[in-house]
Amino acid sequence: MLEVDLRLPLADFPLRVKLSTGARAVALVGASGAGKTSLLEALAGLRPGTEGRVVVDGVVLQDGTRGLRPEVRGVGYVPQDLALFPHLTAGQNVAFGATPGSAGDVARWTELLGLSGLLSRKVTELSGGERQRVALARALAARPKLLLLDEPLSALDLPLRAAALKSLHQAVAASGVRLLYVTHHLAEAEFLCSEGAWLERGEVRAVGAVDQVVSAWLAAAAPAR
Amino acid sequence: MTADLALLGWSAWLALLSLVVLAVPAVAVAWWVAQPGARAPRVVVEGLCTLPLVLPPTAVGLLLLELLAADSALGHLLARAGAEVVFTPAGVVLAGAVMGLPLLLRSARTAFEQVDGRYVAVARTLGRTRAAAFWAVELPLARRGIAAGALLAFCRALGEFGATILLAGNIPGRTQTVPLAIFQRAQAGEDASALRLVGLATAAAFGVVLAYEWLAGRGGGRARG
Repeated sequence: MLEVDLRLPLADFPLRVKLSTGARAVALVGASGAGKTSLLEALAGLRPGTEGRVVVDGVVLQDGTRGLRPEVRGVGYVPQDLALFPHLTAGQNVAFGATPGSAGDVARWTELLGLSGLLSRKVTELSGGERQRVALARALAARPKLLLLDEPLSALDLPLRAAALKSLHQAVAASGVRLLYVTHHLAEAEFLCSEGAWLERGEVRAVGAVDQVVSAWLAAAAPAR
Repeated sequence: MTADLALLGWSAWLALLSLVVLAVPAVAVAWWVAQPGARAPRVVVEGLCTLPLVLPPTAVGLLLLELLAADSALGHLLARAGAEVVFTPAGVVLAGAVMGLPLLLRSARTAFEQVDGRYVAVARTLGRTRAAAFWAVELPLARRGIAAGALLAFCRALGEFGATILLAGNIPGRTQTVPLAIFQRAQAGEDASALRLVGLATAAAFGVVLAYEWLAGRGGGRARG
């Protein structure tokens, strides 16, 4: 269960998000500047000034103004630009968040995401799809309870995006992690997620079945004819 | 010639010690100044640290002399601890450190400012504390800028004249460095001898400039995100 009741002042409007869902994977949609990235950063504990309550499967991550530090939250975060560490190899990136007890996870995600032949390569030498898989493996190898993905496929062309989406689907299913997935693409949202949430100017406008939420968002966003 | 080489070696050794003395405080202040947040205290501290760059070196030397003279409070404390700075090689090291401080600080600050904050954010979601993220991500990504600044600071210390002669004097075999020896020989009308030392210093400086160009990224590849 993911329970979110967050408040965070932003430059243009306050972020006031109430969301409660039992779905494993939730698509977060909304126009650019709606506060989606700010919400992910607040959930990851990266935004000072966040208030409210966040509970993931019974574990309280935030209560009032006090929250767990990012390093002990168990919340994985893959930003839009992936933020792979450029001074490390692909293998070192994947192993970055691993603990002695999770060394097996590094091998598991490396294998599952088809990275075995890439581990010694610099991340600057990888293709867009390979970089995306490294970022995903890195996040999953740290064993998060909740994984936040901020349009991780946006830089990929269509064939690569389809392959990456398949890898992502497999990885999320295999890990059992809860997923909050920011996207602008209906197909991606429907493929990965059962539920959706529509964010507008910092507030949740709708939560429910992913196709209905995305349709409502698109209908509201489309210019009147 | 052998004596000149020995003098160059002694000067380089003292300059290297200056670098060792200033490295940690300069990098620490640079990191702090580069952090987002309240600017006023940072501007004041950086301004104070930059003063040696804009003040006449003789003014810095005189201030250091007044601060550390035997009849000053600090000089008294140092004397009781058995440490002598004025007119000793330690004075050369201190003068070089103070004059080199702004060069390393400003270069390191720029290097830290160029490290994308998302790298640190992601490192923290992968289980690293703020301090661990500094060592694992920020410092390695800023290393070229820091190294380039260190090289500049070393050169500044090696070529220091005004502050050094006031604080440490010009004692052959003890506090005399290459620039002081050039001055002394030129004053004594030993132009050929002075020019020989200038030639040695030029060759050494050219080597350092080449190293700086390489560190600054013109001679090698830059890390890309």
